[in-house]
Amino acid sequence: MYNKTIAELAQGLRSGEFSSVELTAAFLDRIKQHSGLNAYISVTEDLALQQAKAADARLANGDAELLTGIPIAQKDIFCTEGVKTTCGSLMLDNFIAPYNATVVEKFNHAGAVMLGKLNMDEFAMGSSNETSYYGAVKNPWNINTVPGGSSGGTAAAVAARLAVCATGTDTGGSIRQPAALCGITGLKPTYGRVSRYGMIAYASSLDQGGPMTRSAEDAAIMLQTMAGFDDKDSTSVDTQVPDYSAGLNNRLDGLKIGLPKEFFGEGLNSEVAATLETAIDEYRKLGAMVTEISMPTLKLAIPAYYVIAPAECSANLSRFDGVRFGYRCENPADLSDLYTRSRGEGFGKEVKRRILMGTYALSAGYYDAYYIKAQKIRRLISEDFKKALSEVDVIMGPVTPSTAFGIGEKIGNPIEMYLSDIYTIAINLAGVPAMSIPAGFAQGLPVGLQIIGNYFAEDRLLNIAHQYQQVTDWHQQAPTGF
Amino acid sequence: MNSQWETVIGLEIHAQLATQSKIFSGASTAYGAEPNTQACAVDLGLPGVLPVLNEEAVRMAVIFGMAIEAHIAPYSVFARKNYFYPDLPKGYQISQMELPIVGIGHLDIDVDGETKRIGITRAHLEEDAGKSLHANFHGLTGIDLNRAGTPLLEIVSEPEMSSAKEAVAYMRKMHELVRYLGICDGNMQEGSFRCDANVSVRPKGQKEFGTRAEIKNINSFKFVEKAINHEIERQIELIESGGKVVQETRLYDADKDETRSMRSKEEANDYRYFPDPDLLPVLIDEDFKAQIKARLPELPQAKKQRFKADYNLDDESATILTASRQLADYFETVVKESGSEARICANWITGDLLAALNKADLDISGSPVSHKRLAGLLKRISDDTISGKIGKQVFEELWQGTATADEIIDAKGLKQITDTGAIEAIIDKIIADNPGQVEQYRSGKDKVFGFFVGQVMKEMQGKANPGEVNKMLKAKLQ
Repeated sequence: MYNKTIAELAQGLRSGEFSSVELTAAFLDRIKQHSGLNAYISVTEDLALQQAKAADARLANGDAELLTGIPIAQKDIFCTEGVKTTCGSLMLDNFIAPYNATVVEKFNHAGAVMLGKLNMDEFAMGSSNETSYYGAVKNPWNINTVPGGSSGGTAAAVAARLAVCATGTDTGGSIRQPAALCGITGLKPTYGRVSRYGMIAYASSLDQGGPMTRSAEDAAIMLQTMAGFDDKDSTSVDTQVPDYSAGLNNRLDGLKIGLPKEFFGEGLNSEVAATLETAIDEYRKLGAMVTEISMPTLKLAIPAYYVIAPAECSANLSRFDGVRFGYRCENPADLSDLYTRSRGEGFGKEVKRRILMGTYALSAGYYDAYYIKAQKIRRLISEDFKKALSEVDVIMGPVTPSTAFGIGEKIGNPIEMYLSDIYTIAINLAGVPAMSIPAGFAQGLPVGLQIIGNYFAEDRLLNIAHQYQQVTDWHQQAPTGF
Repeated sequence: MNSQWETVIGLEIHAQLATQSKIFSGASTAYGAEPNTQACAVDLGLPGVLPVLNEEAVRMAVIFGMAIEAHIAPYSVFARKNYFYPDLPKGYQISQMELPIVGIGHLDIDVDGETKRIGITRAHLEEDAGKSLHANFHGLTGIDLNRAGTPLLEIVSEPEMSSAKEAVAYMRKMHELVRYLGICDGNMQEGSFRCDANVSVRPKGQKEFGTRAEIKNINSFKFVEKAINHEIERQIELIESGGKVVQETRLYDADKDETRSMRSKEEANDYRYFPDPDLLPVLIDEDFKAQIKARLPELPQAKKQRFKADYNLDDESATILTASRQLADYFETVVKESGSEARICANWITGDLLAALNKADLDISGSPVSHKRLAGLLKRISDDTISGKIGKQVFEELWQGTATADEIIDAKGLKQITDTGAIEAIIDKIIADNPGQVEQYRSGKDKVFGFFVGQVMKEMQGKANPGEVNKMLKAKLQ
């Protein structure tokens, strides 16, 4: 049952093969059974069964939608009314959100069942899920390796079949990198495609929520529910949402794929490179034309990102001050003590590091040298993408330089950790959509292929991913024991 | 004041915009609700919430910009001003820094009969913070976030005022303007209109500015004058006794009538402004401006000129009548409804009505005599039903009660007598009764004429038509 696609499950619910309550109970059992992965921060069992019951009633009434009764899970960055929303931090360990994020509201409206809230790097800052206050998440393909981050809980849960599908968020690769390391399908939509309202902000100009699923077909269904203009989010874009499933079966004859030479140079693991070569050959067989392109500004993405994202986060995280909600230190002596200790004790190391970097970059005397310069680089990168995507339909490349690394291997070396996002970060700076799809294995661990498209071309990306998944079965493989 | 020194003053005025809802949320801006009942998730700065700009606030800022003939920025940007304070929920204030919505403009002020043009550097939109309540919370500080997110327009002047008097004139003129435009209720007690003053002194003739001190949060015209004068004296005394003014922020204590230091330049915050990534740039096109221009009310200066030209008013009356939009509207309605000569309407309003309102500490919107009732009275004066003198008596009655002028005239029998027969009989009687005065008049003592008029009016209880009485008396006494 837990290996079925959303469409198959929807069919099973309608044919009476199983009820949503039964389906939900089965997933809740699996979550308990595999709690060692530490994928969930909260399991909302009572709420899930309640929602499943309501879904069964809707199914019986015949007014169900495709996602009605389907057990999903939310990254714990999305506010869920009446449910603890921690963002992976001690700072919000006691925070029960009083409202629903727009994305959560949309899934509720569709009748999806929420199994719980998924583990993540603290405030989405991390590439290994090791910065979570709730502990590291284990990669189901090898429990000694990381699942990636920051949406590591989501990737592990979907790969281990502890939810049919789940939400992630991507600021610098946080959907695509864990999707690649856990062998699932992840889509970071165009900036502005999915509402950010109720999604706890890390770097507002880069954050974007998206689906993490086992297949492109499921991702299309999930994105259909998540996408759309929201008047509560000024940066959400008011353009029409296409039918993402409609074009999945379009043929790829004549598709122009560009491979930036900067993506395949030094630093890329040779086995990963070879795996990607094979995947790209598959596209050639599907009728695509592959050309090498050059995007010279890509190498500037990491430094620009590590100015812009920390700068924004330094302000975004100021509201966590111990005054109105969240963690407050014991017996503060005065206001300054309240601030200093609440924030000093409530935030973890990586979060503090980024707040300090951002504060520094915005300080008088440094602003022009860092923030303004980074914004200029950001514009150049966007121009590079626009130019490339006027010459080719999509850009393909690696998602990560290597397969999943060991737990504890990079956590002591922030620079090395930051470099694991080298292929994903530029996409967020440009704001274009990108996917990671399973493309094979290296050293027994999943390898992801990244597909980058033009603004609002999610439908095209899903089509390209789906066609590949019609001729390969990497996305259907499950880790041993799951 | 010591004449070797001259003063340089610039003002930053914070005008709370009279929008229904907050600048970035849908919560109400009404004043005086129970603490924290008008603060929604956005105002509380809960995790995950986002600001959405209230278009009405933008409209009001543009209205203001047009009124001071300023450049309206086609592209302006909201920025985050970062600092920690318990009543600042997000740990930053959304404001505008590099690209404000309103650029360079000006405002003309009148001081001692001279008009002076004060430059306005800029005006920008921002959100207000909440309030910290230090009273009675078991030794803790209470936070009320009802005010958090209320839209403010910060209006920054050039340092072009040279006395406290000019500063007060500027502040008053600005106060008058924002209320005229309907963009701020101007309520200073509630903090809807308040200012910070930048004050420095320099030896007369020196070009460079002296070091300035900023006096924060002054919320009355009286305090602005006192605070600035106090600060000027303090700076001069300091320099003359060999000291140096330091750049700092000072707080005016109205109780003690002194300013005291809050923080020095060294302690000043680095606000780390940067563009707010949650908000798009504000784009203002020609269409938007044209729509607003069409809605723009007539401005005080233009209205004053029109009143002088169209109604033939003197400068003083026109100034008084255009001091507020409500008063100007009242005047124009009275002229229209009464059909009386505008100058007479103006005299009644600037004289009897305003005197009564001042005495009762009311403004025109609270006047017990509506424009309709005053027009009713003036109509009866101009059609000679009653004399101006009787009119004063009727006005008293209008002020006290609710009856119309006609009802009062009827009930009290105040109608003017124009029946020449009745007047003639009385005149004949008065002439017969006072042969001595008749003799005096006829021998050339013109002054005695007034005596006869008085006697006739007295006999007729003031109701005789004075014109008629004059004419007939003159004929009979020949």
